[in-house]
Amino acid sequence: MDEKLPPPSPHEQEQLLERDRISRRSFLMNVGLAINAAVGVLLAVPVVAYILGPVMRRREYLTWVDLGDAAKFNPGETKLVSFRNPFTNEWDGETANIPAYVRTAAPGRYTVFAVNCAHLGCPVRWFSESQLFMCPCHGGVYYADGSRASGPPERGLFEYPTKIENGHLLIEAGQMPTLSNRAAVRPCGEQSQPTLVKRIAPCPGTDEPTIG
Amino acid sequence: MPWYRRTYDWLERRLQLEGPIKDAVLHPVPKSTASWWYVFGSASAVLLVLQVVTGILLALVYSPSASHAWNILQVLNQQVPLGWFLRAMHGWGSNFMVAVVVIHMAQVFLFGAYKFPRELTWIIGVFLLLLTLGMAFTGQVLRFDQDAYWGLAIGASILGRVPWIGGQLVHLMLGGPIINGATLTRFFALHVFILPGTLLVLTVLHVWMVVKLGINEWPMPGRLVRRETYIQEYNELAHKDGLPFFPGAAWKDAYFAAAILLAVAICAAIFGPYGPTGTPDPTVINTVPRPDPPFLWIYTVLSYLPPEMETPFLLIVPPIAIAVLLGLPFVAGVGEKSWWRRPVAVFTVMFLAVCWASFTHLATSTPWSPKMNAWSGSPIPTAFLEHRTPLERQGANVFQEKQCRNCHSIGGSGGERGPALDDVATRLTEDQLIRQVLLGGGNMPAYGSTLSPPETTALVRFLNTLHPNYQPAASDASRAVAEQGGVPPASTVEPGNGQHKTQ
Repeated sequence: MDEKLPPPSPHEQEQLLERDRISRRSFLMNVGLAINAAVGVLLAVPVVAYILGPVMRRREYLTWVDLGDAAKFNPGETKLVSFRNPFTNEWDGETANIPAYVRTAAPGRYTVFAVNCAHLGCPVRWFSESQLFMCPCHGGVYYADGSRASGPPERGLFEYPTKIENGHLLIEAGQMPTLSNRAAVRPCGEQSQPTLVKRIAPCPGTDEPTIG
Repeated sequence: MPWYRRTYDWLERRLQLEGPIKDAVLHPVPKSTASWWYVFGSASAVLLVLQVVTGILLALVYSPSASHAWNILQVLNQQVPLGWFLRAMHGWGSNFMVAVVVIHMAQVFLFGAYKFPRELTWIIGVFLLLLTLGMAFTGQVLRFDQDAYWGLAIGASILGRVPWIGGQLVHLMLGGPIINGATLTRFFALHVFILPGTLLVLTVLHVWMVVKLGINEWPMPGRLVRRETYIQEYNELAHKDGLPFFPGAAWKDAYFAAAILLAVAICAAIFGPYGPTGTPDPTVINTVPRPDPPFLWIYTVLSYLPPEMETPFLLIVPPIAIAVLLGLPFVAGVGEKSWWRRPVAVFTVMFLAVCWASFTHLATSTPWSPKMNAWSGSPIPTAFLEHRTPLERQGANVFQEKQCRNCHSIGGSGGERGPALDDVATRLTEDQLIRQVLLGGGNMPAYGSTLSPPETTALVRFLNTLHPNYQPAASDASRAVAEQGGVPPASTVEPGNGQHKTQ
């Protein structure tokens, strides 16, 4: 093979195609394409279902999680706790340890906040001296009862539903709280408004400043 | 015939690549394109190859396991010989690639290269930019440290704002209900298979079209692009006043490629690898997450948007921006190419560059974030405490203890979320100070439920001392009137309103 094989000229290719336009061979080719399309669709179903696996669960990722003896939370305090996320694998390592703030407003009255800022999910920090949660990312600030104090968040901190069973504090948890999932649908209750603002609101109905 | 010649001929007879390659590298290009302005495209491709090579080398050691990834990076940094250098090359290569791709885009925009017949080259280029940014974000996730973890939390929170299907999107992105092992493996698949595969295929198409359609000529004012005549004009330019791409124009690409690779290596050697920062343990909440350099500007934008605009902005502006980029060649596909006659284009680029630079600069100091340890770490300068009464000094105590410093600076240290308070007494009267502290407002939390009346009094007395010596503290004229039993003072310029405070 001293000479290179010349490729068929475009004209030649056209002629060959024309000759086979209506023939048994071209019919078989079309059937072959159709079969492949059908098999492709058939295979796409499990592939798409596999990809959508995390979303196709019938139930939400929510279950009751035990935070331990309720008596260990002192009234008037806000305490950082952590629990193992109920939906987890062994290889998740420390990522499955989820923190939360337990606020004990009065004996027996518990509010459990997610640490995730309602703005974009960063971890808020509790400052007991000023009774504020502050977010390190974009500067969101919340009052002790979780309501929004200032900064970019549109709402207060996410709260987990709580209940007491056999003296243990339980929260309904399991998924990362965002503005879309169930943790967000619950509106801020009347009691979550800061009491002082309720009493002498500077501009009723808005947070317009009255000074400066 | 020497042995290497025989080997070459043996291979060429079978591969038959000489012809197409010669066609590609020797095709004539207009002389004007042999310019230093035309090196950024090839530099992007070179950096892509660098990223592929260093990425494969890192994959020899890395394992996308949520419980191990962080430790493996430590092993790469500390134990694997020169593992730190390869991590640094990959990290700095990423920064350089984003930068060079953006510069390349600005250059082809200003040179009108997106106009007929290169519309599709531009459109594929837009997707290449998006893929490059996607690689930068997914790569940051694979570092799987605190920044990666909270970066994912921010990404999930943004997706969670999508109406109706937000919750599903979040779970699809995370691979489950929370950020965990499944999240890391799917970002691994994205970063290592899906995105780079697409990136390479589109890059080949992009370069193919550059070769087939010719490199955009240097734009001359007044030389308009017309669909009917452009191809002929370009061919005349390339053949009559042209030169073969290799070596006529390619030598500059080669020099620049070497320079940029050397720059990556020098940055890698001097500044070292990125992180990892702390372990991806969400219970360690004393963290200050920061995005990687290409995304710092977004960080600023998200901090400054008003709350009610945030969701619309996040969900509407990116698709509009992408649609504008994709639609550009269809709206302005013909006509003037020269920047001398396209002031809107030039000012758009300048405006975006200035915005990007200022946003990125702001994100390095994050004035919107409270300084979490200012209250315990930055004492009030003694100058503010000299010649003060015990009550005022007690107020300084309250000021420090109640974490006011986290948001307010005094003497140049402290947070910048709120205004600096060095001369606050000149702006607010005592009554206004009390009201501001107790009720908040203007983005300040209300402290009414946190401060006892004595603490408030002490704090406000201290704040009232914060004014320069040459300028009295602001005071309420009606208060002086009230103190004199409703009789107005004889003269309004009488000193004393501010200077001698009634204690």
